Amino acid sequence: MMAPKQQAGGGMSARSKIFASFAEAVRDIPDGAVIGFGGFAVVGMPINLYGAVAAQGAKGLTCVSNSTRGGATLPPDSPDMGQMIQNGQVKKVVCAFTAPTRASQRLVLSEYVAKGLIEAELVPQGTLAERMRAAGAGIPAFYTPAAVGTELAEGRETRVFGAREYLLEHALPLDYAMIRAYQADEAGNLRFRRSQRNFNPIMAMAARVTVVEVEEDILPVGAIDPDDVHTPGIFVHRIVKIPPPPEGWWPQLPASTPR
Amino acid sequence: MNERAKGLSRQQMCDRLAMEFGDGWIVNLGIGIPTLCSNCDFGDREIIFHSENGVIGYGPLAASGKEDMHLVNAGGQHVTLRPGAAIVHHADSFALIRSGRIDVTVLGAYEVAENGDFANWKTAGQQGGGIGGAMDLAACAKHVFVAMEHQTRNGAPRLVERTAIPATARGVVNLVVTNYGLFAVTPQGLELKEIAPGVTVEEIKTATGCNLIAHGEIPPVRRAR
Repeated sequence: MMAPKQQAGGGMSARSKIFASFAEAVRDIPDGAVIGFGGFAVVGMPINLYGAVAAQGAKGLTCVSNSTRGGATLPPDSPDMGQMIQNGQVKKVVCAFTAPTRASQRLVLSEYVAKGLIEAELVPQGTLAERMRAAGAGIPAFYTPAAVGTELAEGRETRVFGAREYLLEHALPLDYAMIRAYQADEAGNLRFRRSQRNFNPIMAMAARVTVVEVEEDILPVGAIDPDDVHTPGIFVHRIVKIPPPPEGWWPQLPASTPR
Repeated sequence: MNERAKGLSRQQMCDRLAMEFGDGWIVNLGIGIPTLCSNCDFGDREIIFHSENGVIGYGPLAASGKEDMHLVNAGGQHVTLRPGAAIVHHADSFALIRSGRIDVTVLGAYEVAENGDFANWKTAGQQGGGIGGAMDLAACAKHVFVAMEHQTRNGAPRLVERTAIPATARGVVNLVVTNYGLFAVTPQGLELKEIAPGVTVEEIKTATGCNLIAHGEIPPVRRAR
């Protein structure tokens, strides 16, 4: 008899990846964890899991995300990385945006970086995606032409292939990925909708433990056709159905948007 | 917003660049002025718009009340999909960029140098920055076009000898449109190709921070028929 194998992500069997609450799904995050948060603008952003990690209170976190703020469709007062930063939970961010894109915008991150309380690592977006893809694909490092000749490449290893110079970049493995999907079955097979896919499947591959907030009711195993699975359940450990508002967080058009 | 009275409007700037898009080109638009390129009339040319967040083949902005909450472009605007559109994740989206599938990226910029260097991710003295996909796009697209105002709000030139703020990529810009005209980056330097109505070559030279090549009579900025 083979001893039952411990599943990555905390002893749940393959048949029961469903967690009853966001709080339960993030309970074991230790201080100092490296956590990826998916999403681009607000699409695919794990708003509910941001709230759960903020409430859970782990500190000294390294947070990886495209940016540290949402967009126009993030409901007012909803959780985001800014809240975790204000909680004093974040030691470092790794992002493609560490400053606002418009002069009129304010970023919570900026004042913490200015005071030396948070380290901000700025990474070109394609390099950020590929560093996590590499981590999920068992590749320790790669060369890319992005950022060659810029301030980001100063003092770093480059190499010429053919006639062109490339910059060495290292894989970026995650302890946890916090992502949002459109559909999931009980085995953790995921489907995303439209541009919701963005960083989410890549973070799931890069992470030791992937936690998913799911928009539709969780489906029985086999309900998603194998050809339609975007992220196989192998990469997914914990799934939580998002309750309808106001209990769960959902993107919404700004009140000022005429409808 | 902040539309200069003199020369081309922002839409006219983008209309002119869009005339350079070839039939069947895959086009990536940066945020800001370049997004107006998706409003242009392409006649019988087929243009495929790619957005860094994995959307291939998007169409016009969604009408008010018809927004799909799962679908935005690189600027976070709710767009529509054209028939034949496809969605990929971020690593595949940038695989497409890095492997040279993008025919042109149109980007905004703070500064463009006469040798094709440009800067668009960080202003002077700013802490941190917003790179987004600009470094990947600028390094790997077949053509890099820039659309920007000719001068800063304070009247400083944006076309310069060397960028004073940190560069996004070196020697990559092919074509620049400003409200004053159309400029090509050539091995000899920056060349004025077409001039906006109501602007003189002397005015442009005064407002430009590098040597400007201007051969003979400069034609007016062409307009799409």
